[in-house]
Amino acid sequence: MDLRIERGERVALLGPNGAGKTTLVMHLNGILTAGHGTVTVAGLPVRGDTLKEIRRRVGLVFQDPDDQLFMPTVREDVAFGPANLGVRGAELERRVHDALERVGMLDALDRPPHHLSFGQRRRVAVATVLAMEPEILVLDEPSSNLDPASRRELAEILRSLDVTVLMVTHDLPYALELCERALILSDGVIAADGPTREILADEALLSEHRLELPYGFAIPGARS
Amino acid sequence: MGAGHHHRIHRPGDSPVHRLPPQCKLLAAAAFAVVVVATPREYVAAFAVYAALLAVVAAVARVPPGFVLRRMVIEVPFVVFAVALPIVGLGERVEVAGLSLSVEGLWAGWNILAKATLGVVASVLLAATTEPRMLLLGAQRLRVPPLLVQIAMFMLRYMDVVLDEMRRMRVARESRGFVARDVRHIPVVARSAGALFIRSYERGERVHLAMLSRGYAGSMPIIQDLSASRGQWGVAGLLPGLALLVLGLWYVM
Repeated sequence: MDLRIERGERVALLGPNGAGKTTLVMHLNGILTAGHGTVTVAGLPVRGDTLKEIRRRVGLVFQDPDDQLFMPTVREDVAFGPANLGVRGAELERRVHDALERVGMLDALDRPPHHLSFGQRRRVAVATVLAMEPEILVLDEPSSNLDPASRRELAEILRSLDVTVLMVTHDLPYALELCERALILSDGVIAADGPTREILADEALLSEHRLELPYGFAIPGARS
Repeated sequence: MGAGHHHRIHRPGDSPVHRLPPQCKLLAAAAFAVVVVATPREYVAAFAVYAALLAVVAAVARVPPGFVLRRMVIEVPFVVFAVALPIVGLGERVEVAGLSLSVEGLWAGWNILAKATLGVVASVLLAATTEPRMLLLGAQRLRVPPLLVQIAMFMLRYMDVVLDEMRRMRVARESRGFVARDVRHIPVVARSAGALFIRSYERGERVHLAMLSRGYAGSMPIIQDLSASRGQWGVAGLLPGLALLVLGLWYVM
């Protein structure tokens, strides 16, 4: 599979449950290692000796923020990644502040993650990865379980970030809202690649891969 | 979400005791317990002084007596044991209010009761003035094996998550008409417990993946600097120091 994502692009990776989306995501930063074949990220092969650099470049936001936020306070959790990269002192403090500010959660600095609402936890989870200053942000189902307002707030945050984003989702309107480009992953291969608007307008293509637009949803501005 | 199950024992405040670095308090409480245990049971006056010392700590930390008393229920099993000793004890016996009690048993019961009470009160005061997470950081500073500290840290973090999951499973059972009433229902509850274990185990795996993906390599980065000044060690040392002085008097006299 060859997947090329340009710097600064926001790409949606679409596919039904069980298409291998999460598996692909796990390969991207070497959590899973390829059974056969190799994974190369930004020219760097994913190998034992490059893992640290790969994980700095590729930031993964997991689906369940409770899995991602494992430290006793938000501050320590956001600091965990950069501290593992060897960042200390004032620079660490700056990264924690910056990351939380970018997701609008600076006031939760000293709170325990389990006292935050689900939407807030998802935003802090994004911050924990931003603090590592990754080149590409990979989000697994970012809109799942969010209420409409949290969903919109997260979209605003993601739009305001100046990093490359790969978003794994089956929330098609969300993909349309945030990503110019979309890929369909089906049975472990990329089945389609193109502008999100065109892909979502192709009803036959969608249904072939067990995808469909929600009831009552039409692509704004498209002829029907 | 439950609002912090583990905050019931911690009493936030800003007293001199609260401000001491956790490792000082941990070591002071442990040293105090050692001195208490080493005190001969016949030296009754010493226990009164120890109790007074703890009362001073509680007053400085502004922890009300009621708060400490309520959290002392943990000691109940020891109390039961201590009360039983004079009755079942052997040897010389005395008559107290019509009961024949063993002298040796009375001393043994007093010994357990006094020492356990002082130990429990010291621990309650430590827990009341130190956030659980700071206690762990203090333990880390005192070179407690990092693996143990990490395990305790995750327990602290995921307690609420697991309890919440447990509650949801109970609601799911009950909403389908199941209420655990007698022994025949134990298998159902046991299966739920098993499912909860599996779920927690799987969550553990996912958390581990999340840690790996943020560069975890076996040890938690130490972020907070918890160094204690000589003065702080000195203040924390007052409690075990004074207790030791009292104990010393026994051997001098």
